[in-house]
Formats: sequence, structure tokens, C-alpha cells
Amino acid sequence: MTPGLSLQGVQIDRAGTPLVRIDTHVAPGEVLTIMGPSGSGKSTLLAALIGTLDPAFTLRGRILLDGRDVTALPTRDRRIGILFQDTLLFPHLSVAGNLAFALPRGLPGRAARIEAALAEAGLAGFGRRDPETLSGGERARVALLRTLLAEPKAILLDEPFSRLDADRRAQIRSFVFQTIRARSLPAVLVTHDAEDATAAEGNVISPDGRSF
Amino acid sequence: MTRLLRAVPGLTLALMAVPVAAGLAATLGPALAPGALSALLAWPGLPRAVMLSLTTGLASTTLALAITLLILATLRGTRAFAALLRLLSPLLSVPHAAAALGLAFLIAPSGWIARALSPWATGWSQAPDLLILNDPAGLSLTLGLVAKEVPFLLLMALAAWPQIAAPSRLTLAQTLGYGQTAAFAFTVLPPLYRQLRLPVYAVLAYAMTSVEMGMILGPNLPPPLSVQVAGWMTEASLAQRGTAAAGAALQLVLVLAALALWRGAEIAARHGLTGMATAGLRLPGLDAPARLLALAGGAAVTAGLIAGLAGLALWSVAGLWRFPAALPESLSLATWARAAPTLGPITGNTLGLALGSAGLALILAIACLEAEHRFRLRPSAPALWLLWLPLIVPQITFLPGLHRLALELGAGGFAATLAGHLVFVLPYVFLSLAPAWRALDPRFATLAASLGASPGRSLWAIRLPLLLRPLLTAFAVGFAVSVGQYLATLLLSGGRIATLTTEAVSLSSGGNRRLIGVYALLQMALPALVFALALLGPALLYRNRRGMAA
Repeated sequence: MTPGLSLQGVQIDRAGTPLVRIDTHVAPGEVLTIMGPSGSGKSTLLAALIGTLDPAFTLRGRILLDGRDVTALPTRDRRIGILFQDTLLFPHLSVAGNLAFALPRGLPGRAARIEAALAEAGLAGFGRRDPETLSGGERARVALLRTLLAEPKAILLDEPFSRLDADRRAQIRSFVFQTIRARSLPAVLVTHDAEDATAAEGNVISPDGRSF
Repeated sequence: MTRLLRAVPGLTLALMAVPVAAGLAATLGPALAPGALSALLAWPGLPRAVMLSLTTGLASTTLALAITLLILATLRGTRAFAALLRLLSPLLSVPHAAAALGLAFLIAPSGWIARALSPWATGWSQAPDLLILNDPAGLSLTLGLVAKEVPFLLLMALAAWPQIAAPSRLTLAQTLGYGQTAAFAFTVLPPLYRQLRLPVYAVLAYAMTSVEMGMILGPNLPPPLSVQVAGWMTEASLAQRGTAAAGAALQLVLVLAALALWRGAEIAARHGLTGMATAGLRLPGLDAPARLLALAGGAAVTAGLIAGLAGLALWSVAGLWRFPAALPESLSLATWARAAPTLGPITGNTLGLALGSAGLALILAIACLEAEHRFRLRPSAPALWLLWLPLIVPQITFLPGLHRLALELGAGGFAATLAGHLVFVLPYVFLSLAPAWRALDPRFATLAASLGASPGRSLWAIRLPLLLRPLLTAFAVGFAVSVGQYLATLLLSGGRIATLTTEAVSLSSGGNRRLIGVYALLQMALPALVFALALLGPALLYRNRRGMAA
């Protein structure tokens, strides 16, 4: 098997109009950046990768994760994590509750694992907090922790830095990219911000497959 | 399990459409018997009863819609509007019967208004012998219907408000020099009315055929057609069955004719509005009088309902209260104490039906919406019409037949009554819950699935808790609707299950104001209590979750 995320001849059409054309491989620890204006098919590609593509679209080609074909799998069986533009921390749960939701079922020592993860991210003692009382940067870190605790094999980034203020932005961005490299996760970043693309250090392509 | 869930929306629609259709057939069937129609035509009160149904229905619906639209056009964004909304929203949960009884206490010759003016202005030292209440022209019935329907239409309009980008349309029209009223009528009313059409049809059909409002506020000799038909239907002898069926058929024809007339008026109004808009009429002079009318209408509805309900409460604890004293000479709990032994079981029946039907309706509504979510179903226009069907088809034209069918199937009593309540409760619960459910950010579900959660876990651990407030509100709406059911309870239980509503209505002809006050007050207190719990529960549970604040 080939470790990493492979998009083999992925084509997405809407009513016969081609939207996405991508054939590429993202190695573990590498970040592939998809750049393009809104409406160019970036979110459509993310929906296809995560398994929530609207039936109005047709998808051809195969999506392989560590050699496993996930193209037809439901979202929850793909083991692909996602970070959205908004952190979307579940507002009815505490910080620890959000993390516990992500932790796979049946793992022993859940509370200790959560506390350790928080401490590692510089958020020791934040477990009982209301997510709404956190700063933007803290929320972004909790969202990343939540994604990682589910033990994904790949990670998608849907403009996750665009809502952060300028000084936090660079800091959070390097934290996310470092974590992805440290965990050797293949990642796909969707953005329209050239700085994000540069910081990701990987290939940059448009949804129709052209390189920048 | 998955296949069952997939079938729920269709089954739920059938659950509402089938009883209505079968009930209609069984109710109207006997009208074809020989002699039925001639017996109806031989009733001397028929022409007046038909006229009353048409005039009270059309007049009250027109007035209620006009007041609602004037309030929205001229008062939105003002403090008066906020105050009005705070007062009117809770009044929506007041059952029709309680509202009607309250108004009756207010406007009766011995009511609060007469007392306030006596003897200094009127010279009355005794209650005058005037037919203000139950007036032959149906004016008090019309006013009662207006008061009850304005809160409903206003809240339905506000629910549609976010979908039509009203603020930017209004601002745009006003920058082009249009007056507030004209801006509303030309740019907001057309899309708003499209969303309001079904609620308006339901209001019109209800106003033409309401039995309990007609009994309490309407004329007696003859009463509006629906009241007379209900009388024939509930007569012990079967002699009037054909007459009753023919009357119900006539009532259905009347409602359909009135709906057709209304539809014609809609088309005419749209052409008129388009003509005025393209002629560039700015009409700024309309704003001041329109605002005045809106304030007067809104204030009259609110004050009438609140004063009426306060009157009910006061009568229930009144000791001696002579005319024209504005307040009773003493207060006592004697009426409550005397009523207590019968109140218990009757309240139990009311609670059982309301908790049962609202609970079932909530489960079905959740299942429908979850099926819509999981299978990416799109709500269709015919489905929406089916949902409104039980609210538009007059109750008197399908409930009697439904009762007979239930008896033939061997399902009588509580179960049949509960099922009947469900037919009316479910549409309201669904309509209350669906907007919030569909507005929940779909990325929460995607996120939960990407973290490995099953659809069930995503529902139970994430989406239902996030929707706790609208879920409980929808339950409270259903509860209030069930508590208010008069005809469904009376007919489907064969008169054997007494609820607060059936008791309050049957007491209304008697004139024991203290006892009426007790029943009506409790009838309105139960829904109010459930609404309060629906607000308080999430507020307490999520007191440390700022993201869950309303």
C-alpha cells in the first residue's frame, strides 16, 4: 500500500459541466493546497473527500487513503478529519465534552487523555470551560485537538484561518502545520489566501487541476 | 430501522390526510339520503345561519389580516412593537374558548366595560337588558375571532420574516422616496403573503366554522351554521343525522366558496399593488393614519384579551360582586374549593390527552425531519398542503364521521380521542419545529460524522441537545393546541371524556361566572405553565453555556 491520500482521476461534474479535475497524491505530513476564487469547486472537492457530496454532482475516479478505497464509504467510516472556517465547537458541551465526543469509544482513561492533550496544546485546566468563553486562538486549538483525538488518517482544512485576526493567524497556522507534520498526516488545505498557501509549503493547485 | 425511518414522512402525512378524507366521506355520506337536503332547507334559520358563517368569517379574517399587516408595516422596530410582541406571544397559547369567555365577561351588559361606565355615564344601576353579547349580527363573535387570530397571524408573519430580506427591501424602497406603508405594500407584502397564505386560509376556514367561539360569542336564534350542525350531530336521536350531514356538506361548500372568493381578492389585490407600484405612487401621507390604525388595532386586541383573562381570574375568586361595582366586595376561594373534587379528574383527562398527543407529535416530527436530513429529502409543496389540510378542512365536516368510523373499528374512548387530537396537534408541532431544525448549521452533522459518530449518536448527542429550546417550544405549542380542542374531544369521545375546555364551553351557557372563571383560568394556565417550563428548562440546563443563549 501507498501511505497517504491519493486522488486518482477524480472528476466532479455538475449537470455535465466539469468542475473539479484532480489526479494527485498527498504524502503523509504533506499539505496540498487548493486555491481558487469562490464558486470554483473548492468546497465541492472537500464535500467529495469527506463524503457529503450533494447528489446533484457526479463523482468519478477513486479516493484512496493509505491504500484503502474510501470513495463509497460514509463520512464516519472514512477517518478523514476536517477543520472548518468556524471552529464549530459544540456550544452545549464543555471543552472537555467536545474532546470526549471525538475520542474513540471504549478507550480507557478518557479524562486523563483529554487533560494530557489539553496540556500539550498549552490549554491545561481548560476542560470545564464553556467554549464560548475562549479566545479565538484558544478555540482554534481546541478544534484541532478535537479533530486529532478521533485519530484521523488524513485531515482537511476548509479555510480554517480566515476568521482569525492577523496577529493570531500566523501563530495558529504554524501550530496547525507543525502538528500535521509531527503526526505525519496527509492534509488538503482549501483557501483563497496566498499566504496560507505559502506557509503550507506543499503543492498548490486549482480545483481544475492546474498548478500555480 | 433505516427503512422504517425512510417511510416516516409518508406515513405521517397519511396519518393526517386519511382521517380527514375518511371522516369527510363518512360525515357527508348521509347527506345523500332521501329527505336530508329538504329537511335542511326546511329549517327556517338556514338563510341567516349561512349569512352569519360568511360574514363573521370573512369580516374577522379581513380585519385580523389588516391589523397584522398594518402593525408589521408601520410599527416594526419601534418600542410599541416590542411591547406588543411581548404581550401577544404568550396570548397565542390561550385556548380559543378561554379567550372567548374572557371577552364575553368584558363586553356583556354586566361586564367590566359596562361597569366602568356605570352609573356615571350610562345611568345604569342594574345590568341593562341589551343583547351586546350574542348579538344577532355576530359582531361580538367577529371581534372575538379578530382578537384571537391577530397574535397567530403576527407570529406566523414574523416566522416568515427572515426568509424575505425585508429590511433591505424596505430601506431600498424608502431611499427611492416611498412612504413606510407603500414600501411595505410594494416590496415586502408580495413575498410575505406567499408564506402567509396557508395560515390565512386556515384562519378563514376556522373563523367560518368555529363551534366553541360561536357558542360563546355568537348569536343564538339562529346560531352560525357550524354551531347548529354540531347541535344536530350531538343529538342523541338519529333523526337529525341526514339534516346534520346535509348541513355539514353545505358548510364545506361555503368554506370552499369563501376560499375561492378570497383567492380572487388576492389576485385583484396583487394587480392593484403592481399597478400602484409601477405608477410610482409614493404615498407618504398614508403613514401617519396607518400607524394610528395599527396602534389602535394592536392595543385593542391586546387590551381586550388581557382584560378578559384578568376578568376570568377575578371572577374565579370573587365573593359578592354587585353591578356596577368595578371590583368584587370580597375575595374567596370557595368556588375553587367547591370545584376541586371534579377538577382533579377533568384536569387529568386534559393533561393525559395533551401530554400524549404533543409527545407523539414531537416524536413523529423529529422522525420526519431526521428522515429529511438523512435521505436528503426536499419538502414538497403538496406535502405542505397536506400538512395544513386538517387546519383548513372544517372540523365539523369530518370529525363526526371519524367518530362513527372509530366506533365501527372498535376504537372508542381515550385512544380515538388522542388520535383525533394528534391530527390537529401534529401540523402545529411540525410547523413550529421545522424552521429551527432546517436552520441548524449542517456542518455540525458533517463534523460529528467525520469524528466517527454514527447517525444516531450525531442525533442524540449533538443535534437534539443543540435544538433543545425549539424542541420544547414545539412540544408546548402542541400541548396548548391539544388543551384547546373542543369539538375533537366532544365528538371523538362521544361526550364521555370531559376536559377543561369541554367543561368551560358547556358551562358558558349557564351563567355561573365564578365556575366558568375557574375552568377557563385553569384551561389557560396549563399551556402557560408548559410554555414557562419550555423556556426555563434550557435556560437552567445551559446556564453555563453562552453559545446556547437565546
